[in-house]
Amino acid sequence: MKPNVVVIKEQDNVAVALEDIPGGGVVAVPGGDEFPAREKIPYSHKVALSDIPSGCTVRKYGESIGCASLDIRKGAWVHTHNLTVEAGPS
Amino acid sequence: MRRESFQGYVRPDGSVGIRNHVAVIPTVACANGVAEAVCREVKGTVPLLHGHGCGRALEIGMHQRALSGQGLNPNVAAALVIGLGCETIHAEAVAAEIAKTGKPVEFLVIQNEGGSRRAARKGIQFARKMADGAAVMKRTRCPVDRITLGLQCGGSDAFSGVTANPAVGLVTDWLVERGGTAILTETTEMIGTAHILSRRARTPEVGQEVVRIIEEAHKRSKDIMGPLASLVIAPGNMDGGMSSIQEKSLGCICKAGSGPITEVVEYGRAPTEKGLVIMNGPGYDMESMAGLGAAGCQLMVFTTGRGTPAGFATVPVIKVSSTSRLSIAMEDDIDVNAGAVLEGQSLERVADEIIELALDVMDGRKTKAELNRQGSILCLATVCPAF
Repeated sequence: MKPNVVVIKEQDNVAVALEDIPGGGVVAVPGGDEFPAREKIPYSHKVALSDIPSGCTVRKYGESIGCASLDIRKGAWVHTHNLTVEAGPS
Repeated sequence: MRRESFQGYVRPDGSVGIRNHVAVIPTVACANGVAEAVCREVKGTVPLLHGHGCGRALEIGMHQRALSGQGLNPNVAAALVIGLGCETIHAEAVAAEIAKTGKPVEFLVIQNEGGSRRAARKGIQFARKMADGAAVMKRTRCPVDRITLGLQCGGSDAFSGVTANPAVGLVTDWLVERGGTAILTETTEMIGTAHILSRRARTPEVGQEVVRIIEEAHKRSKDIMGPLASLVIAPGNMDGGMSSIQEKSLGCICKAGSGPITEVVEYGRAPTEKGLVIMNGPGYDMESMAGLGAAGCQLMVFTTGRGTPAGFATVPVIKVSSTSRLSIAMEDDIDVNAGAVLEGQSLERVADEIIELALDVMDGRKTKAELNRQGSILCLATVCPAF
């Protein structure tokens, strides 16, 4: 299947959806990995590429964009409901 | 193998322009009419009209530097500075600063010339001579390490940080690895990434400067907007899938590639170091570009998701769209479509396309913003109200 997400850096554990992916729909990662979306991933939002236990770093651009505030499963939508900003605002 | 040189105009101070403009610079908005009158009559001249030069206190030094910088820019072959006479920023001082480059520079003061028409007549004589001189200057082959590239984003969307900005980051790395300079600015769009950027500083002092300017920008946004500051920093970004300010800013700063940060400069000040430089400046595109022009950028790359036609009078601006939808919707304004990444194109391929175009633009090919004659006004950053 044609990839429907973008992975910005190879060390990232989230990818960005290129289309609305329905719950149960296929997440197709460039390079061939395919797995089901656990819930709807809206266009331009993030999907977890692996299980991210609560407290672990969510990585995009090869950098931390915050910590998982809940256990995030592979294929889950990642947004403010399950990600908290760890460091100071600057 | 790709060429690593271009045909540029070598200035007496050794800097290299990719355009050969005669800049007509009013030192105060009151002199705009005379500057326009001169440029209407003389082909090859560019008026840098603006709304500043007097009636302020704190930023006079910054504005004088930014106006002088427009004349110092290597894309300017010669400069005519036009003052009124009673303004805070003196035409003679701006002209003297530009003259240090060895370029032809003249100034005139409207109150000393007997008014608008007489001043314009004298200005036309000066400008004709400068334009005639510029017309016979020849391009010669120069290495790309002479280039200072301004990095700009505006009207961003959810994919700016996924397609256009990372592609431009590869262009930045390409130039910096070859000894050139790139300037990242728009400090408000770095909020949340001080710890990441400071890690990339070449020295601890540069790292401290990075942290200082970002903290100041963050504090200023909170002082002015209070609890609404986070909305100002990230309007609509949550809906677009941004979950934190770090995430949004990371998307902006990836224009700067992956190299070390060699220097932090104030608004409109030219870097003294090569490599990746940060200029402290506002996120407002028009003011940001004026600062990049004053800092000596001969070329700018401008990424956009919503689309903007903005350009700059003396500096070619290459527009890179984040989606194919935008490149079709605003074909008149977009030079390169990074949205191809979303259809399976590699970031490297898009970066190659930008580099190839940039080399052509350095040789003289016009960008869309130039063809559309964008850049009719110089917007300088301000930090205090007029009185």
